[in-house]
Amino acid sequence: MNAETVVLGSVEQIPLGEGRTFVVGDEPVTVFRTRDGRLFASSATCPHGKGPLADGLIGGTKVVCPLHGFAFDLGSGRCLNANGNCGDLRTFAACASPEGEIRLELPRQQGSAAA
Amino acid sequence: MKKRLVVIGNGMAGARLVEDMLSRGASERFEFVVFGNEPYGNYNRILLSSVLAGSHDPKDIFINSLAWYEQNGIKLHLGAGVTRIDREARKVYAAGDLVEGYDHLVIATGSTPFVPPLAGLKGANGTWKPGAFVFRTLDDCDAITAYGRGAKKAAVLGGGLLGLEAARGLLNQGLEVHVVHLMPHLMEVQLDPAAGSILGRTLQGMGVRVHLEKSTTGVLGDDRVTGLAFKDGSTLDCDMLVISAGIRPNVALGGEAGLTVGRGIVVGDDITSPDDPRIHAVGECAEHRGKVYGLVAPLWEQTRVLADRLSGKNPDAVYQGSSVSTKLKVMGVELSVMGAKEGTNEADEVATYADPARGVYKKLIVRDGLVQGAILLGDASVAPSLLQLFDRATRVPGAPADLLFPSSGGAPESASAADLPADAQVCNCNGVSKGRILEAVKGGCRSLKAVCDATRAGTGCGSCKPQVQQVLEAAAGDLVVDDPAAHYYVSGVPLTKPQLMAAVREKGLRSVSSVFRELAGGKEDPGSKAGLASLLKTIWGKDYVDERDARFINDRVHANIQRDGTFSVVPRIYGGVTSADQLRRIADVADKYQVPMVKITGGQRIDLLGISKENLPEVWKDLGMPSGHAYSKAFRTCKTCVGTDFCRYGVGDSTALGIAIEKRFQGIESPAKMKLAANGCPRNCAEATTKDLGAVAIEGGRWEVYIGGAAGSRVRKGDILCVVDTQDEVLKHMGRFMQYYREEARYLERTYDFVERVGIDFLRRKLVDDCDGIADRLDAAIQTAVDAYNDPWKEAEVPVHPSQFRTLVGAVAVE
Repeated sequence: MNAETVVLGSVEQIPLGEGRTFVVGDEPVTVFRTRDGRLFASSATCPHGKGPLADGLIGGTKVVCPLHGFAFDLGSGRCLNANGNCGDLRTFAACASPEGEIRLELPRQQGSAAA
Repeated sequence: MKKRLVVIGNGMAGARLVEDMLSRGASERFEFVVFGNEPYGNYNRILLSSVLAGSHDPKDIFINSLAWYEQNGIKLHLGAGVTRIDREARKVYAAGDLVEGYDHLVIATGSTPFVPPLAGLKGANGTWKPGAFVFRTLDDCDAITAYGRGAKKAAVLGGGLLGLEAARGLLNQGLEVHVVHLMPHLMEVQLDPAAGSILGRTLQGMGVRVHLEKSTTGVLGDDRVTGLAFKDGSTLDCDMLVISAGIRPNVALGGEAGLTVGRGIVVGDDITSPDDPRIHAVGECAEHRGKVYGLVAPLWEQTRVLADRLSGKNPDAVYQGSSVSTKLKVMGVELSVMGAKEGTNEADEVATYADPARGVYKKLIVRDGLVQGAILLGDASVAPSLLQLFDRATRVPGAPADLLFPSSGGAPESASAADLPADAQVCNCNGVSKGRILEAVKGGCRSLKAVCDATRAGTGCGSCKPQVQQVLEAAAGDLVVDDPAAHYYVSGVPLTKPQLMAAVREKGLRSVSSVFRELAGGKEDPGSKAGLASLLKTIWGKDYVDERDARFINDRVHANIQRDGTFSVVPRIYGGVTSADQLRRIADVADKYQVPMVKITGGQRIDLLGISKENLPEVWKDLGMPSGHAYSKAFRTCKTCVGTDFCRYGVGDSTALGIAIEKRFQGIESPAKMKLAANGCPRNCAEATTKDLGAVAIEGGRWEVYIGGAAGSRVRKGDILCVVDTQDEVLKHMGRFMQYYREEARYLERTYDFVERVGIDFLRRKLVDDCDGIADRLDAAIQTAVDAYNDPWKEAEVPVHPSQFRTLVGAVAVE
């Protein structure tokens, strides 16, 4: 598979229904843990005004930036109310392992060797 | 297998029903067949008069193009008149040997113009003489315009709404226009005699010749129209005639099929024929509880109910008739009418105002505190507020006559946004121009919420929403829909606040997630969480199950998030009275954490700005002061003036009262923030008269209690709730109002909007006179909330989660 999996530790680091940020390599990535137990991951700040998305409210598969209320679909990263004022998020596949650890899939850097 | 829904009629009712079905996802279970008489997609018939007047191009009045029908898989038979309904075989027959079977049939055949018997209307060949027209369709409009180019003098038969619209069109084309009306005044269906005569005078001033109480008996002319003959023997020369003498519902198809027919095809509250559960009728051809409606709003209520039932979204939806209100322009003259035009019983309060020279007439009929009817001619500035009172059956605040004029105490009514240029900024928070709003309306947004969602207008402080609504109404006219979601407490749960509170209590829902699970089909809406959390806390108090993810970030970390993601910290300084010791500790904290800005706030507090989330617990510990709650939808602060201890004018101890208020109500959650103040005398140095709640000491040792003041995006002087003798009584009445506001107001509705909405007289009766006997319960409920208070900054010692005050929780290296 053309992706690299990194393990970020226990899902319990993230309160239920909230998000927290991890620095992965040199990129801050926010992981969201929904009330029904799913994990989502995206770039950590809102493209509009750099609002911290980990501080946003989440519901279903949406997150709302705490600064100006731009909402994003966590699956696709698409901004749902941009109206030309805000870009989309970069998203990553994330899931919880059977042991309750956060597993994040990173796209392979170009040129890096495949195993 | 999909069911077949056949609609006879492609006008505003028929096409709207199909739209309503599609928006409810019914295309998965239904296929749609539509018969239309006219060879077009469907258009906004209301705007035909604007086409005639030349202010709209015909192509601009289409609601749905032919492509829309194709995209949605709707089978459309145009120009195919339906000839017969076979109920037994469930088939519809139309011209050209067309046959369509149905599972459900909707009759939306509208109406045809009524043509009174007129001698000489037809020529020798049996058809109408050239120059005689009715005014109903786009084709009629084209024919009138074409003939009008060669004409000089036109007569319009009928001085009702449609007749006057036709007159406006002809006047704009440069013709001399005569309106001939049978009745003693114009528009007698909507207007009382006084309004009708003022309108007549205004129209005469524009150049329309009005002939009242004229019974037309014949059309003159040999091979074309040259004049009219009247019953009184007089005649009028004219070279064209537009007949607009009323409409008759098209009921023949229903009658021939054996359905009960009165003036229209009779339907029950289920919008279904009592004779056949598969046949429905909507719009101008339908008769409900003895009424046939000719306006667009009732028609839309009918299609909404029918679509709810047929689509299965709400199989029990019922239509209970419409209260008729309408806003229109008659030849450019603003007119709003609602409900009754005359008082009907002695208890009715009737207020009228007439200014014939300016063409202004206003009338308001109030019974038992509710608006029964109103006429606003020539000045519609108060129409939105009256319409709201009428549509929602809200009690009238204050004296009825005052409602006829824009409030002098509130913000002055600015010039209508409809008159602004396109580049004018309407939303000053998000920088949205009128042009952007117009684009959104053109793109299909028809409700205030849809426009706001699409443009972000009105999503900042919200004070421009009335202007956005004005622009929307001016651009979309009667196509504007009242979004039911506008009445929900929060958008993600389809219930009004009373419905929601009842359901929450009945089902015992104590957490936000349980509300989504039980009342919103399991669908979590992030935008609704904070509102639900606030309401549940008010309802359940200590028994509320506090899920931290339902809180906005400010309430998770008890500080106010700033534009750079840092937070502001405002310690509680009761009544704004501080000490050298407190100031020293604040200064030490500012030094220790290198606080970028220390600021005195408008509420007489000290704000430490630019604190990182991780530092919050240590900052609070070092301050050793309780939270000032400068971040939540809750009681904020009570500003005070110096009062009696030092001030030479003070007549009441405002600092002591302010401290008592703040100690009692600190942290009390409410639908929106509450800012308070206490004044030691009427000089108002603490600005208590423009606070959500305020107390003002007056000579004689008494206190005035103000509610509903504002000095934010709007400025409003508060209303006096009561005047009391002691500080304890101030606290009691403030608490009682707060609890009532907590229970009754919409989420984010500030006290000044709430007080205006329900009315100060109503609040005085409820909360001071205790007319319903609820005061003791309210007093006990606010006491429970006061007793439940805990300083949230104590979470510095015991966080609710190890990462409560951390955003960044880990780092990994990547190869």
